[in-house]
Amino acid sequence: MDFNKLFELIIAASLINNFVFTRFLGLCIFFGVSKKMETAIGMSITFTSVMVISAALSWVVFTQVMMENALYAGSPDLTFLKIIIFIGIVAAFVQSADTIMKKVSPTMYYKLGVYLALITTNCIILAVPLINAGEGYTFIESMAFGLGSGLGFALALIIMASIREKLELADVPRPFRGLPISFVVAGLIALAFTGFSGLITL
Amino acid sequence: MAHTHKSNLELIKNGMFSENTIFRMAISLCPSIAVTNSLKNGMALGIAVVFVQTMVNVTISAIRKFIHPKIRIPIFMLIIAGYVTIIDMVMSTYFRAIYAQIGLYIQIIVAFASIFARAEVFASKNKVIPSFMDGFGMGVGFLLAMIVISFFREFLGKGELFGITIVAGKPLLIMILPAGGFLAVGLLMAFFNWIDMRFYGGKGASGV
Repeated sequence: MDFNKLFELIIAASLINNFVFTRFLGLCIFFGVSKKMETAIGMSITFTSVMVISAALSWVVFTQVMMENALYAGSPDLTFLKIIIFIGIVAAFVQSADTIMKKVSPTMYYKLGVYLALITTNCIILAVPLINAGEGYTFIESMAFGLGSGLGFALALIIMASIREKLELADVPRPFRGLPISFVVAGLIALAFTGFSGLITL
Repeated sequence: MAHTHKSNLELIKNGMFSENTIFRMAISLCPSIAVTNSLKNGMALGIAVVFVQTMVNVTISAIRKFIHPKIRIPIFMLIIAGYVTIIDMVMSTYFRAIYAQIGLYIQIIVAFASIFARAEVFASKNKVIPSFMDGFGMGVGFLLAMIVISFFREFLGKGELFGITIVAGKPLLIMILPAGGFLAVGLLMAFFNWIDMRFYGGKGASGV
């Protein structure tokens, strides 16, 4: 197991190609959830866990079922169905996580359950398996990439939440109130993140 | 939503202005920043969305009487994913250069809240022709937003439009970087809010 590569993948996914600030994915949820610190933290935990597991599940389905000669010698190449299948996997997983969490740990469900439903239409959840499939990562590498993206998203959420909590008390001009000023703030953070771009020379 | 009184043309205008996906309702934001670093890419995604939105609306409206309410969400997702796969395959074959840059975002169309919401709110409750108009209008509104943002960003960031240099001299490089995307959308949203407040007496709250 090449720990160097895994470490690089995690750093790349969380800092250099941060999914929110560099790839612009997951924005709707990002702006929706980052208003308060508690919701930001709750969403981060839920998201990272769902991300790692979905990455693993989609990898298994993609390589063992969908690729050519995967199931049996001569099985057809189903990779063109990956969009549909990945969304199906994520939706099914989120639904089952929802049900299981409700039964097994009602307290945790009470705190984090609401974010689960929001995750299903999150662009990132679909993007990570697609990128994994495209780049041909191994099983552990896919999970590392998923972990990195979850951590990057968590970082983005927490930074944004702390700034937005302060913004509530600032005197923002009327046309900017609400989303526009958040976008401008995100732009400034994105500018800062550009500084990471030379971190690992691949 | 009682859209049955509105004429078809009004439905299109509605999608383009008063309920414009990006600027007024602030959903499906992800791609608006990612692909708008050039006019060509922005338009490509916009046209893809027009296609998917219209076809999804029409399909769901056509079969709305046969969908059991409890399973409608998976059915909607399946239909949307199907059309996205179609446009994805078409673009990867016939528009290779553009697809190489924005391929991932074309596939992400499947997760667009706006398409899903429109299917749920309008197409599942109205006939085929109004659904077509509504889908088309919403798609065109999205395309318009893409054009506006891309224009802003490419012109200021590179001094070009469609790769044709218009203004020589040092451009604002930040505009085509990811950061510039956020800034551009934020400023444009504020601008739309201002227009809304100034001329239409609205309260200008787009989104949260």
